[in-house]
Amino acid sequence: MRHYLIRRIILTVPTIIGISLVSFVVIHLAPGNPVDSMTMLDPKVSFEAREKLMAQYGLDRPIYAQYMDWVRRIVFLDFGVSYRDGQKVIAKVAARAPVTLLINILSVLLILLIAIPIGAASAVRCGGLYDRFTTVIVFIGFAFPGFWLALLLMSLFGIRLGWLPVQGIVSLDFDTLTAVGKTVDVAMHLVLPVFVSCVGGIAGMSRYVRNNMLEILHKDYIKMARAKGIKERDVIYKHALGNAVLPIITILGLSVPGLIGGSVIFESVFGIPGMGRLFYESVMSRDYPVVMAVLVIGALLTLVGNLMADISYSVADPRVRYDK
Amino acid sequence: MDYSLKGLPARGDCLIAASIADAITLIPMVASDSASHELCSLIYSGLIRYDKDLNIIGDLALSWEISQNGREIVFTLRDDVRWHDAVPFTADDVLFTYHSLIDPKTRTPYAGDFNKIESLQVINPYKIKVTYAQPFAPALSSWAMPIIPRHLLQNEDLSFAKFGRQPVGTGPYKFVRWVTGQQIVLKANDDYFGQRPYIDYYIYRVIPDPSTMFLELQAGGVDLMGLTPLQYNRQTQNVYFNRCFNKYSYPSHGYTYLGYNLRDNKFKDKKVRVALDMAVDKQSIIDGVLLGLGRICTGPFLPDSWAYNKGVMSRRRDIPGAKRLLAQAGWADTDGDGIIDKDGIKFQFCLLINQGNSLREYAAQMIQQQLKEVGVMMRIQSIEWGVLLGEFINKKRFEAVLMGWGLPPEPDCLDIWHSSRVREGEFNFISYKNEEVDRLLEQGRLVIDRASRAGIYQRIHSILYDEQPYMFLWIEDSLPIIHKRFKNIKSSPSGIRYNFTEWYVPSEEQKYGPRHKVLL
Repeated sequence: MRHYLIRRIILTVPTIIGISLVSFVVIHLAPGNPVDSMTMLDPKVSFEAREKLMAQYGLDRPIYAQYMDWVRRIVFLDFGVSYRDGQKVIAKVAARAPVTLLINILSVLLILLIAIPIGAASAVRCGGLYDRFTTVIVFIGFAFPGFWLALLLMSLFGIRLGWLPVQGIVSLDFDTLTAVGKTVDVAMHLVLPVFVSCVGGIAGMSRYVRNNMLEILHKDYIKMARAKGIKERDVIYKHALGNAVLPIITILGLSVPGLIGGSVIFESVFGIPGMGRLFYESVMSRDYPVVMAVLVIGALLTLVGNLMADISYSVADPRVRYDK
Repeated sequence: MDYSLKGLPARGDCLIAASIADAITLIPMVASDSASHELCSLIYSGLIRYDKDLNIIGDLALSWEISQNGREIVFTLRDDVRWHDAVPFTADDVLFTYHSLIDPKTRTPYAGDFNKIESLQVINPYKIKVTYAQPFAPALSSWAMPIIPRHLLQNEDLSFAKFGRQPVGTGPYKFVRWVTGQQIVLKANDDYFGQRPYIDYYIYRVIPDPSTMFLELQAGGVDLMGLTPLQYNRQTQNVYFNRCFNKYSYPSHGYTYLGYNLRDNKFKDKKVRVALDMAVDKQSIIDGVLLGLGRICTGPFLPDSWAYNKGVMSRRRDIPGAKRLLAQAGWADTDGDGIIDKDGIKFQFCLLINQGNSLREYAAQMIQQQLKEVGVMMRIQSIEWGVLLGEFINKKRFEAVLMGWGLPPEPDCLDIWHSSRVREGEFNFISYKNEEVDRLLEQGRLVIDRASRAGIYQRIHSILYDEQPYMFLWIEDSLPIIHKRFKNIKSSPSGIRYNFTEWYVPSEEQKYGPRHKVLL
């Protein structure tokens, strides 16, 4: 196991270098540049001013030289400063990541909590009224455009009923609230975003659990368990469900990078200043240092997620062993 | 409560304005986005500013004298101004602002006007003399540039200074806090040298999605936002909106045009461009796309301003006339396929628009339909802004483009129309060349006298409309909606913001009082 781990960790280094190189080249080759999007065809901006800005950002130098500069800084974990506002990139990411993380972790937990029972129950009652009902609901959930659902809910709960805030993550008077008040305030703001971000996930995950469960319910060892006279409840929840949810480890591992990646549409509709908007804004303004930071962090998390999934497997499933 | 004071101006309350974008930095010369500029205009002051009729009036400058045929301006500064941190404002701050602007290290896009300065001399703490190498008519208006404090910034690199997120100015509002991506809070400056604003707090709330912003307006979390024509005409007509909000409309300071690449053989002939102009009914586009909330544009100057030529009348739509002109230019439908041609080449071209601007998308489709009637085939392609600019406009790889320009009160537009401004990335990307216009634009910078300048720009206006290097399309209306409790808001040629410090909420209608916790 230890050898395996060490080998995997060493392998991440060339992978990261490769990813960063490709990302760097691609975003620099993408048409447009930071100065253009900054000066936005403003007639007050003279030609000389544009040239000067290009030179100040080092954009007039060959791309390999710019990449080497970037590597030289990144070795010391320095992601540089944003072209847009001169702030440290790492500070910008740190300001945006927590809210995205919070919403994503809450929704992953909620998805598991709701989807596994739904999926398992519909597998057990396969073909029955409940199964058909949940299937219809699940497909509606799949098909529903998230931003539209968001606007409908905001209109209902935020304006008609007035129960929940329309958008944002805190109220205007947040700073004056007590600790309890602050928690309640944030929680109220999170209800709709977390719910909306769950809908698609619940739909997908419950189908996944249902199918796994169905497959396992037809396995011989389940028949064996039943033949031995074990209670049906134990057969389903102990013997079948445990095996049915094992593959979810892979899905969770793959979702680790997604935890800090937000959707720009979702975040815009809810007025959440998260990672999705940060990435979108930086791509649109060709803010290369920020784009690179988000991509590299995402790549790192993907590798970490995969590794964690592999390790969890060996812990959870005795059939999986990495050392001979 | 004393009811005799009902409805009278009173201090207090808070205005919450919504915007789709967060500010980028609050150092005025480094910022290039409209959100930052809007906030900077409340936090800082320039030497001059514009009044409601777009006349230049003093701000930090009490008075000024222009001499040496316009080469010299002597500003007398106010001696009663303090920075928000109570340090007195002096001529040294103006000198420092100038040095920062022209410093090659400063990442500012606005050095152009200031590089024309030969010297800037501090005569005494409240008097400065600016000397230009040659007369420069827009000089005075360029001093609307906000002045920044020397004592806080002299040892900082402006491009990275922390000051950009905790600014100190001399304007009517002081900076309080900035929560990235959410809100920026300003507080009335009790020591403001002008009239202290009635409204105590100004909260700038970032809500990136327009539909969400509209919902937040209805929920009461926003007092001021800009409406779309659809929202203005159709979605805010009910009892609730009439009871709670006032709507305003006035021409925005910008116009939309269809620009031709004049290096393209199809568009070289003036007859062709005039014919295309005659083929397109601008009013129908304004009615269809802007729901009537705009006006026809005939040239690159602010309507109602002194540079605008009221004598320029827009052409009526005239399909037979347009066809005649095209025929004179050699374009006729010889093969009967409905598209006119010349020397075997069909008249078809591609119009580029920037992605995500639905108004322009609809307008382009209407233009497409109308041009079809004179046998011109126009395709539409929408392209992401950065790519459109970098790969197509700057490199002049386009046939026609639908875009907009701002209409600042200072009419100098040499950088857009002069035949020398055609390098990659310069603004005459359509490659327009007219010797008379070149000469007039140069003169317009050299002549200081307002009346003579008016003649020059009005002449430019009529030449440009006659020659049609652009098909001038429309000037859309700004459509702000503001909660009814705010009083003393008046529309004017410069919009509604010019007297923001005089807006007030009568005490009995105030929503956010000292007891309300929003206001720390």
